[in-house]
Amino acid sequence: MRYGETGFNLEIDLSRGNIERVETDPRLTELHLGGLGTNAKILWDRVPPETEPFSPDNLLIFSTGLLCGTPAPGANRTIVTSYSPQTLLMGYSMMGGFFAPELKYAGYDKIILRGKSPDLVYIWINNDKVEIRDANHLRGKGAIQTSELIKQELNQPNAQVAAIGLAGENRVFTASIEQGRSSSSRLGMGAVMGDKGVKAIVVRGTKDVNLARPDEYIGLCNDVLKYIKFRGENPVPNVMTILQGLGSPQEMLHVDEQWHTENFSWGNARSRRKDFWTKEVEERWKDVQETVRTRLISCYNCPIKCGAIISVPGISTYMMKCFTKLTYTMAAFVDDLDFGFRIAQRATEYGVDGFSTPQIMAFAFELREAGILTEADFEGCPSDNEGKFFWLLDRIVRREGIGDILADGVYWAARKIGKGAEAFDHNTIKKHEQLPLKLGMLNPVYFLMYATGEKINITQIEGQFPQAPFATMEERQEFISDWIQCPDDKFKQIVLDWDFRGEHSNPYYPTVDMSVDIVDWQEKMHYIDDALGVCAGLSSFPLKPPYHMHNYPKFITAATGIDIDEDGLTEVYNRNRNLLRAINVRRGLRRADEKPPEDHWKKRFPELEEKLLDAYYKFKGWDNDGIPTKESLHKLGMDYVAEDLEQRGIIKNEQG
Amino acid sequence: MSKVKKKVKTIKIDLDKCNGCRACEVICSAFHANPKYSSNNPARSRIRMIREPIRDIYVPVYAGEYTAAECMGRDKYVIDGKEYSECGFCRASCPSRDAFKEPDSGLPLKCDMCEGEEEPLCVKWCLNDALICEEREEEVEEEEKLGDMEIGLESLANKYGLQNIADTVARMSKKE
Repeated sequence: MRYGETGFNLEIDLSRGNIERVETDPRLTELHLGGLGTNAKILWDRVPPETEPFSPDNLLIFSTGLLCGTPAPGANRTIVTSYSPQTLLMGYSMMGGFFAPELKYAGYDKIILRGKSPDLVYIWINNDKVEIRDANHLRGKGAIQTSELIKQELNQPNAQVAAIGLAGENRVFTASIEQGRSSSSRLGMGAVMGDKGVKAIVVRGTKDVNLARPDEYIGLCNDVLKYIKFRGENPVPNVMTILQGLGSPQEMLHVDEQWHTENFSWGNARSRRKDFWTKEVEERWKDVQETVRTRLISCYNCPIKCGAIISVPGISTYMMKCFTKLTYTMAAFVDDLDFGFRIAQRATEYGVDGFSTPQIMAFAFELREAGILTEADFEGCPSDNEGKFFWLLDRIVRREGIGDILADGVYWAARKIGKGAEAFDHNTIKKHEQLPLKLGMLNPVYFLMYATGEKINITQIEGQFPQAPFATMEERQEFISDWIQCPDDKFKQIVLDWDFRGEHSNPYYPTVDMSVDIVDWQEKMHYIDDALGVCAGLSSFPLKPPYHMHNYPKFITAATGIDIDEDGLTEVYNRNRNLLRAINVRRGLRRADEKPPEDHWKKRFPELEEKLLDAYYKFKGWDNDGIPTKESLHKLGMDYVAEDLEQRGIIKNEQG
Repeated sequence: MSKVKKKVKTIKIDLDKCNGCRACEVICSAFHANPKYSSNNPARSRIRMIREPIRDIYVPVYAGEYTAAECMGRDKYVIDGKEYSECGFCRASCPSRDAFKEPDSGLPLKCDMCEGEEEPLCVKWCLNDALICEEREEEVEEEEKLGDMEIGLESLANKYGLQNIADTVARMSKKE
């Protein structure tokens, strides 16, 4: 019997309509754990690097994490993997909700889609019974609407549905996959799903997920719950509100948005509005949020309420989490939060990334103002800020007129439009829109995470280490006093020594080596979460989370029976990190691509930045161009990767 | 039968506090697995979330008595503008729906308040306090407790008649 995992993948060839239940190799679980790790392995093995994202040969993988479906609180993430149409690199975008555990209960660890369906279909997985069904009647329907219609049609109120909206059908590069209260948003996984002709995947399962050491495991789960409760009652002091608790930033709970609205930039990541937050705005926004928010909700088996049911009078109900309530509002320079909730409803039904899409629209209006796009491109566009955003969202999702070009995202649109439009593409990394930041001093840790992150989402790389120094020694000591998550005392010393000003301040402190260490630790936790399917909100994203390096090996061992300790887990992380890097290197990723947006920080330090990258690559066992070396791949038991890279001339023969 | 004083546990359900996470189902199914905690499968849970997020319906219901017959009505209730079907609230394992039945055998499941534990584990795992355990003292008729096998047999007896079961058991014993 397999423990933790089911041991079976569901392979569906959409071109031929073939469905297979395939047993997997347990050795791969030991090497890569599951989720992100085994997804990367499948992509490496089976999809040649020359493959276009919209090729029938590209795979779209929906994976559970190793701990999904077990009683581990918050183990509910679905890891969706494919080649991204936007970055052309490996895309791995995750969603919480209820899909992954249900898939495990149906008896599968992953769904692997290949080929392309000649017609629009949905896939219905009910334990051992799997069908590809016609979805023509769902064409053009919203993602949530689709989910509700399918559950009614099948008379399966407990089924979980992952669906795309019109954006996915039209292969908009920022198309998302919507599911429950969550979505797989980044890197255009919805576009690949649409390209494959799959409107939705529906799953219902009633089988067991087995555990190797049940008593031990439930004890660990109880400890995690106890710690979650403790943290609920004891928020981290001396840090800003959104960093005090667990979970995703509690945007649905908190109504004070002074920090976001005054520190992040508005429009196309251009300008900050330092005096935006007034008494009137505060009252109005509080009132709006509390009026439309019906209930705070969670994902599967998680007590933290990061999401909310949103019912705006006159439009259909949807679910929202985190930052989307602000992204459209700020990009459009609309001062009323009501707009944010209304446009997010339409955007959710269309199924688009709430991070990128508003940036693309703001970019378009900036081009019009600069005369690069003409009035003809905007014929029929209303003049008010709200109206014009609704208008352009419709154009993009339908790929009509200028919307067809913008649907490929800022990077590609800028190059297609030309006439200097490239200069307005100033907030992308690896061809993907970023958080609209504009900060003063370069932060070396964040510089590295922005530059080298391959998830293309800063909020899912950071987390374990404080974002800024504490003001007093008392505060520092208080912080480290119960920092049980910290894997090594050297990190505590950095917190103690880190100052706002002087010798021990940004950008030269934490030092280059310290920064690399910190980034490695933060990355490690995210890579482990993404293999285990545990929500970053209970692990790698917040300060002082219930899951950490010291208890994760115990969870893995008790769940699966695989003996693993902290060193072993670090090795799996290094293997997964290098495999992902190798996949992207094989697709052309090099040092030149690892640049944060130009004006993310007002003060830049080119020499220091080069040193940081040098040191990071060296630490990782990569050459100075960011390519894993033969030697480091050998150490991780990945000679097959080294050989492949050598054959392609990416690793030179003389390199050791 | 004599009357005895007995502490009766009940679970108070506060729908407004429910966040719909289904942790109650998770720990219930794990606790009742054999060996204990060896597997997890909410379909075996003795508490169910009636969960329709878009209509803001979040109703945890825990399993009551087995009933051999379907009920007559299929009434709908409207509470605070939300429509609930009668089945949504019903705690019975009945012939007309899948709820509260073992997925493999179809045998009924019944909440036992996690016998042996301090409080029902669904309550313990509900950190949002949507489920609260309450104890009250009641005078009840002394009753012999039915084991798992007896509960199963009772439902089989209700379905097929005791004689049929006895005949089947006799026939099966002969084969062995």
